[in-house]
Amino acid sequence: MKRRLSMPIVIVVLAAIAATAVTALLVNIFTRQQEARSPFYRVVELNDETVDPAVWGKNFPLQYDSYRRTVDQVRTRYGGSEAVPRTPTESDPRSIVAQSRLEEDPRLKTMWAGYAFSKDFREERGHAYMLDDQTLTERQQVTQQPGTCMHCHGSVYVPYKKLGGGDLMKGFEAMNQMKYQDARKLVDHPVTCIDCHAPDTMQLRVTRPGFLEGIKKVKASQGIADYDVNRDATRQEMRAYVCGQCHVEYYFKGPEKRLTYPWDKGLKADEILAYYEENGFKDWTHAESGAPTLKAQHPEFEMWNQGIHAKSGVACADCHMPYQRVGAMKVSDHHVRSPLLNINRACQTCHRWSEDDLRQRVQTIQDRTFQVRNIAMDALIALIADIKAAQAAGAADPALEASRRHQRRAQFLLDFIEAENSMGFHADQEAVRVLALSLDETRRGQAALPGSRASAGAQTIMKTP
Amino acid sequence: MSRSRLLIVTAILVGLTVGIGGYTFVYAKGYSYFSNDAQGCANCHVMRDHYNAWTRSSHRAVAVCNDCHTPPGTIPKYMTKAQNGFWHSFYFTTGRYPDPLRITPRNHQITETACRKCHTELTASIDPFHTDTGRGGLTCTKCHNEVGHIE
Repeated sequence: MKRRLSMPIVIVVLAAIAATAVTALLVNIFTRQQEARSPFYRVVELNDETVDPAVWGKNFPLQYDSYRRTVDQVRTRYGGSEAVPRTPTESDPRSIVAQSRLEEDPRLKTMWAGYAFSKDFREERGHAYMLDDQTLTERQQVTQQPGTCMHCHGSVYVPYKKLGGGDLMKGFEAMNQMKYQDARKLVDHPVTCIDCHAPDTMQLRVTRPGFLEGIKKVKASQGIADYDVNRDATRQEMRAYVCGQCHVEYYFKGPEKRLTYPWDKGLKADEILAYYEENGFKDWTHAESGAPTLKAQHPEFEMWNQGIHAKSGVACADCHMPYQRVGAMKVSDHHVRSPLLNINRACQTCHRWSEDDLRQRVQTIQDRTFQVRNIAMDALIALIADIKAAQAAGAADPALEASRRHQRRAQFLLDFIEAENSMGFHADQEAVRVLALSLDETRRGQAALPGSRASAGAQTIMKTP
Repeated sequence: MSRSRLLIVTAILVGLTVGIGGYTFVYAKGYSYFSNDAQGCANCHVMRDHYNAWTRSSHRAVAVCNDCHTPPGTIPKYMTKAQNGFWHSFYFTTGRYPDPLRITPRNHQITETACRKCHTELTASIDPFHTDTGRGGLTCTKCHNEVGHIE
């Protein structure tokens, strides 16, 4: 009897296990299908006035979670940031800052002598810190900054519209002319959801007047009239343009301090320099040499445009905010950071080599760019010292004018690569080309010094056949 | 418990399992995996991106998933489908798989063979004694990685 019974019992146990497993599978499939069906649940209503990212985060918790991680401070070889402890003071309550670039490379102090950047310049931290670090930098204490800075250091879309009585451009123009400290009071957050997303459709959109006007000029120079980025750009283009709203070279035009992207002649460093040469703009007069100098600022968008990734249609977000799977959903990582900290998702989606191979490839490019940057920097420092010495020896201003002009040009081209946050990676050959132009300007500046017996030689701009 | 009662319990349980299993199979559109329809392969959300990329690729009009990802011949084809079907279900259900997805050496070999089947004339003159698809060997997709689906 016992032996006859055992067979059905084994079948009962097996069937029970199988039934359990199949039910679990069914529930799992059901869950995944539900996840795929509803990418989000609308628990709050968002409108074009909702600035607070925490409110958006209620509808989009996955994106919000990763957005909040931009507080992380992680070093890469040439970028990222290191958490450096500091003693808080009354005027600056920060207990942690990033490492000082001026201490890492004291030549920068010489390059920027007489300008606020020679007082305090630290490695940039994540998006979470953009407003505080700008408010509390020592640069604020040595110079009066305009409200224009808010354009990119705060979530300014709603404040602009409020200030302009509903008109974005009017608000932009009004805030540009305010004092930094007054404009600062109108802004509550660093970059938030509303700066890149339309609240009703979540579609990407450009909200920054500087870029709206700047990209129009670029397209006009390419023969495209009346370009409206929010109407004419493709979705993939927008995945770079929303970043290009701020990660660009700019200057404050005229007494109205209007934020302007100098793109009339194109996006390359020498095209931008040609624009400044034409309108004669200078940021400051160099304290050691008396040259009318320019400061280049983080031209990531311009440099990316010259590189192979832009040519292949790869946008900023593809590498800096790569897609990640969460259950059945695919969301872009809003923890915007160096792709070197996320090589798997950032690079390996397209490049099927090991992480080590890919890291090596990037570092080779960066090491080479860094070496050429250092050569160009040494040369520039020598030129500044030469002009300073000639001045001390009694050379008059007209005799030094040519050398100062060359310093201005050499310095802008070098700073363009120095200020750009990829150490050449965004466009490696372009970076070296720009540094070579800088070296040539330095050489010409030294040859033009009073009493120099060196000849600068011809300046042949080779036109490609 | 008498033998007949035990048999009834067994029958109920076996029937239940078959029933739930059958329902799951229909609910999850399991039958679609037997077809040649590329949409069937994207049934499972993990393959959605690959499917979308394929619809924009140069091969969309001439090859479906099965043309490149299963070997020729009915029996080898369904053997491969069974093997991949099981492991895909297993990994996607448990969630323990590398992302971005990586093709296994065996499946890569199948795809390589498929390239060389349709493009025989061309590939035979480039690499007539093809033996190795591993790291050292010449493979079509090393350079032409976008012809099927880039993702």
